[in-house]
Amino acid sequence: METLITILTGVLVTVATYFILSSNVQKVILGSAILSHAAHLLIMTMGSGLKNGRIPVLTDETGSFVDALPQALILTSIVISFAVTAILLVVAYRTYRATGLDNFYDWRGYKDE
Amino acid sequence: MNNLLVMPMALPVLAGILLIFFRNHIQVQRWTSFIIMLVNAGIGLYLLQVIQTEGILRLDFGGWEPPFGILFVADSFSILLVITTSIVAAVCLLYAFSSIGESYEKMFFYSFVNFLVAGVNGSFLTGDLFNLYVCFEIMLLASYILIVLGGKKVQLRESIKYIVINVLSSWFFLVAIAYLYGSIGTLNMAHISERIAETGQTPLLTVISMVFLTVFALKSGLLLYFWLPRSYIVPPVAVAALFGGLLTKVGIYAMIRVFTLFFYHEPSITHTIIGVMAAVTLITGSIGAVAYKDIRLIATYNVVIAVGFILVGLAVGTPEAIEGSIYYLIHDMIVKTLLFLLVGTVIALTSTSKLDEMSGLIQNYPVLGWLFFIVVFSLAGVPPLSGFIGKLLVSLGAIEAGSYVLLALALISSIFVLYSVLRILLHCFWGETMISSEDEVPLNKGRLIPCLILTGLTIGLGLGAEYLSPYVENAAYTLLNPEVYIDAVMYKD
Repeated sequence: METLITILTGVLVTVATYFILSSNVQKVILGSAILSHAAHLLIMTMGSGLKNGRIPVLTDETGSFVDALPQALILTSIVISFAVTAILLVVAYRTYRATGLDNFYDWRGYKDE
Repeated sequence: MNNLLVMPMALPVLAGILLIFFRNHIQVQRWTSFIIMLVNAGIGLYLLQVIQTEGILRLDFGGWEPPFGILFVADSFSILLVITTSIVAAVCLLYAFSSIGESYEKMFFYSFVNFLVAGVNGSFLTGDLFNLYVCFEIMLLASYILIVLGGKKVQLRESIKYIVINVLSSWFFLVAIAYLYGSIGTLNMAHISERIAETGQTPLLTVISMVFLTVFALKSGLLLYFWLPRSYIVPPVAVAALFGGLLTKVGIYAMIRVFTLFFYHEPSITHTIIGVMAAVTLITGSIGAVAYKDIRLIATYNVVIAVGFILVGLAVGTPEAIEGSIYYLIHDMIVKTLLFLLVGTVIALTSTSKLDEMSGLIQNYPVLGWLFFIVVFSLAGVPPLSGFIGKLLVSLGAIEAGSYVLLALALISSIFVLYSVLRILLHCFWGETMISSEDEVPLNKGRLIPCLILTGLTIGLGLGAEYLSPYVENAAYTLLNPEVYIDAVMYKD
């Protein structure tokens, strides 16, 4: 399972890198969103394995529990990446409204200050 | 345990939230924010005294003992930076009162300044690596808003680049944290340090340290500063000054912390790479500073040179050099804010930012001219101003460690700094005046007083270096002896 998730992470990073390297603003934003998902999956696999114990709810039976910390980290990080993606989308939209440009190449030498 | 520790972050957060509800009460917004910054500076000064007698302080949130909970740790280094941040932010707010304009003030400008300061202070104080990431994000989200607020076309264009590059570097930060957690199994900074010291810094950990280096190099503008100069010139003066004074410094703080607390076992690899990056930053920053005729760009390239200079101290790593870096970091926060404020004032008075289009301002505005004169010498490190002691100590450290190339580059870059700002002085202030006394724009007190305060501080910091030295020595001692930090966090009640 860890191997599968790691491969998935790699695929996501590849896709995101391809998007971010494009000149289209929307694709770059999409790329950054996908990239953050890849990081979340990476954090999840980085705990001591994906399923090597019980759910971390205390009962009378003793046994090993799954590390709950990565999940707390991912939750925080998901919220942050939501916020950042939202701001990025708004700024991109405002830029498009103001300048009519949604392509990074067109910004080169764009002088209207 | 000292609950005051959380205040430098909690007060600005609460004030920022509260001020959202006072959108139309500009006076309330102004003075609440200003007073919060002053209170923070006061708390910082008090905590600094307590640290000298009681040692490093910590606050475990929710009573979770380290390494299980999130905690704030205050040593002399972080508290010195918290104090400087609060003072710089207060002065920038003072400048904003008379220059930012009502449209900004009604669009939650003060709330976001508060959030920015909360993020900066939180980054300085936190003792948990993931919490450091969260505080970075708080700071960055506030800075995204502040840089785009106003909505001019050039602002929008630059802020997209700024946001995208910072999203990428945050992603690297997350990946670095994931790898470190995977190999060390903890996020408490003292605990990480302890475990790395136990197992030794394996090649895997050194690779992870390189990911951290990439992250903090992007945030602080060490070598990877390509995004910095253009994006720092688009927001209004008060915001640009706040950015120039604070944002890159958080990256520098994190880098110093990570490479003195975690990854200090293989300096021949990590610190050499930092040294090479600092050297290239000094060279390219110097070229940038003399290449442009836009005075705002000259000022931003000066920020880049200072980043290189401070990290020369870290790369050298002797006690003197680290002390010098700390002095220079504090000096740089104050004097870069002052430089940005003065440059912004000049632009506001002449309504141009090109060197060729202005001259003889000192005849119209003598005080401004003399303030700029002092800044030039403070930046160049002429005694008795505040830049001198930092440059002296870093140079001494570099001589002691035998890093003569870094020493030469650091000193040559000072000459370039001097030349670049002297060029502003000669072109803008010397020569025939271009403004006749009829169309002279009056220089109001609201713009002048913040500059006067900061000039006073840079002179005071230079003359009063002796009073500061016990604190800086203590800060450097903690940085160079990680066991002090570990002991205070892990084993003290």
